[in-house]
Amino acid sequence: MTVQDRVVGTPSPRVDGRAKVTGIAAYAYDRPVDDPVYAHPLQATIARGRVAAIDDVAAAGVKGVLAVVTHRDAARLADTEDAELSVLQSDEVAFRGQFIGVVLAETPEIARHAAGLVRVEYDEEPHDTELRADRTDLYAPEQVNGGFATDTDEGDVDAAMAAAAVTVDEIYTTPMEHNNPMEPHSTVAIWNPGGGFPEAPRLTLFDSTQSVHSVRSTLARVFGLRPEQVRVVSPYVGGGFGSKGMAHAHNVLAVLAARAVAGRPVKLALTRHQMFSLAGHRTPTIQRVRLGADEAGRMTAVAHEAVEHTSKIKEFAEQTAVGTRMMYAAPNRRTSHRVAALDVPVPSWMRAPGEAPGFFGLEVAMDELAAACGLDPIELRARNDPRSDPESGRPWSGRHLVRCLREGAARFGWEDRPVVPGTRRRGRELVGMGVASSTYPYYRFPGSRAVVAYGGRGRYTVRIGAADIGTGAWTVLTQIAADALGCPLGAVSVEIGDSGLPSATVAGGSSGTTSWGSTIVAACRSFRRVYGDDPPPGAEAGDDMPENPDAERYSMHSFGAQFAEVRVDADTGEIRVPRMLGVFSVGRVINPRTARSQFIGGMTMGLSMALLERSVLDHRTGHVINHDFAEYLIATNADVMDVDAVWLDEEDVHAGPLGARGIGEIGIVGAAAAIANAVHNATGIRVRDLPITPDLLLR
Amino acid sequence: MDARITLRVDGRDRSLTVDTRTTLLDALRDHLSVTSPKKGCDHGQCGACTVLLDGRRVVSCLTFAVAHDGADVTTAEGLAEGGEPHPVQRAFLEQDGFQCGFCTPGQICSAVGMLEEVKAGHPSHVTDDLTGPVTLDDEEIRERLSGNLCRCGAYVNIVAALREEADS
Repeated sequence: MTVQDRVVGTPSPRVDGRAKVTGIAAYAYDRPVDDPVYAHPLQATIARGRVAAIDDVAAAGVKGVLAVVTHRDAARLADTEDAELSVLQSDEVAFRGQFIGVVLAETPEIARHAAGLVRVEYDEEPHDTELRADRTDLYAPEQVNGGFATDTDEGDVDAAMAAAAVTVDEIYTTPMEHNNPMEPHSTVAIWNPGGGFPEAPRLTLFDSTQSVHSVRSTLARVFGLRPEQVRVVSPYVGGGFGSKGMAHAHNVLAVLAARAVAGRPVKLALTRHQMFSLAGHRTPTIQRVRLGADEAGRMTAVAHEAVEHTSKIKEFAEQTAVGTRMMYAAPNRRTSHRVAALDVPVPSWMRAPGEAPGFFGLEVAMDELAAACGLDPIELRARNDPRSDPESGRPWSGRHLVRCLREGAARFGWEDRPVVPGTRRRGRELVGMGVASSTYPYYRFPGSRAVVAYGGRGRYTVRIGAADIGTGAWTVLTQIAADALGCPLGAVSVEIGDSGLPSATVAGGSSGTTSWGSTIVAACRSFRRVYGDDPPPGAEAGDDMPENPDAERYSMHSFGAQFAEVRVDADTGEIRVPRMLGVFSVGRVINPRTARSQFIGGMTMGLSMALLERSVLDHRTGHVINHDFAEYLIATNADVMDVDAVWLDEEDVHAGPLGARGIGEIGIVGAAAAIANAVHNATGIRVRDLPITPDLLLR
Repeated sequence: MDARITLRVDGRDRSLTVDTRTTLLDALRDHLSVTSPKKGCDHGQCGACTVLLDGRRVVSCLTFAVAHDGADVTTAEGLAEGGEPHPVQRAFLEQDGFQCGFCTPGQICSAVGMLEEVKAGHPSHVTDDLTGPVTLDDEEIRERLSGNLCRCGAYVNIVAALREEADS
């Protein structure tokens, strides 16, 4: 049974909108605290080796410096299994930029100045940060991110490729990329030596995180506390895109610092520079994609083999080729992931890990196959649209990729696309159009609970430790609760962003609305079951996320079609993207206003990925040299012209009580491929390496 | 070295003692608890810290507080007089010109400053006629707001919000 819509499906304005446009929304570092101490981290300037000596005499002597904490005197952690979080526990340096200490002072200026006075000597060891497909030490991880199998192999790809009438066999690469949310990772940590009870926690963190409960459980484990002794508060989060999905080293450093000045709040905000080594990144990928088809464009083989990096101290193996397993019908299919463990910072989640880089490779290869078959790229995809999930054999809960492609073609004016690449010129510019498919799985993570309380006078409060990182979750959850309770939107307040609230899973994997939303529906129904429509003030009831048996019976994925038009200056190679359109199939859309923002935001990040983003590792030093916004380019307002998104009016009856599959990540998937395919259509030049820069188009 | 200065912030006179190394941004945030200007990069590269300084938009992380004794500073919070959102803030709400909200106070101060620059006839990189009045079309809005980064990718809606303002 699905919820009866009244406010679900309407474009309710953001409940946090006014606080955000006036700037009074208090993000982690904004939280007013008494008598703060300011922290400035010390970072390793070598990529591998040991700290041999630290001279902090000059720093410690600066008036206003309270402490210089290093591995020599930092508190010992209770659990050091996660090497990323094993901060200041030894003299070992595993990547450049790693924390090797922190200076604590009365003002940020003093802390920063004193940090510059600390002299560090190292015993340097040779390091290795270079990913190449011909490395001899590539290995197969036990599984890849998301718990997926590392390799799959069905049929005989090699024989099918040899027998195919038409083939594509190319290498595609995507660079190291950084999430770069606008709000740097920030934490205010308070260690209360006398505390230990829920009313006065031992450790309080005002943090910027996509998951207060996972930060709480992680820090409790690392510091040997019970979860109830830790409180993590994070009502407003200035973006995350995965990089704030879990606790990172700065959380541990802030707590170590707070222990050193127990009782006083320690404020730590990473600088933009520091974020490039300490807040996760997307691995570079080298992808070999092989496609085989008969004369009519029916695919006989698809193989997607990805090579990527991870850090030596902690494995994160991105699931680059996993999306290819279910995307197109072909009897012979192979995917694999091989990883090099390097002396690099720890990679992690970045918007649509797996699909975002993987669909650059796959969807550019599909464009190449269409050209090789002499078929329209939309027709090629339609001919290879599988009736059921080719990997699992399960029926789709709703696969409307071809509808998205056809609808997009009509809206975008696809029939005007030049058939022969490089043939349409307007003045100095070459003009072209491209298309690519998108997909993203329906994820729903167990572990959430919501509580509904009636405050009298028609007012309800719904509590769940969820996070709104800009997605609109706060608004959407309020809409869901109002409909589930059968009351007006204004009668419901939703409380989120505090580990003191009932447990919630991470704002990640496009899972928030479905996971938390279905939990809220269950809690509201429990409340009505117990108290009916006329509850007494103070009435309270809660429930956990309900099971969804259909999740085991159906293959559940969202789909989309991405269209791009590009103009390339024939003399300079400058690339402009005057139009992008996404058509998505995501189940029910709870709030068209915030949903559209999510889609176009993802597509804008995809444009940025296509044309601008690349973290440059200097292999001589292990250093990301372009570690700021002047040199790590992200799309600016002037780069983005007309980006629009629409969606099919539908409901996925297998996706739980909301009929929604999640929307946060699909917008970036395929966007870069659509632009690359449009560049090919405009210029006749096939670019297989991101980002697509003007120099690649000057031939 | 410390210095005693007075700033008029969002219509209130505020006296404070600052380290001469303290940026205007840190003076506002750390000393005066005025946290609507945000620190996104501390290098003048992202625009999140934009405020109106004596009526003109500046990135407050790139200027020292001590250099602005007696100055008038307006933040996004101050633009909302009596708590009522400024027309530009209302337009951002209507067009959903933000997501996470972190760059938003800077975007809004930048937009308000930009509209004044247009009114005063200041040309931009994309203005064809450097002598006449400026027509604030989409290309002008994009160019003039490209110093304010938004990683959530709300640019299209920000331009729509400013277009609404430009038309009114």
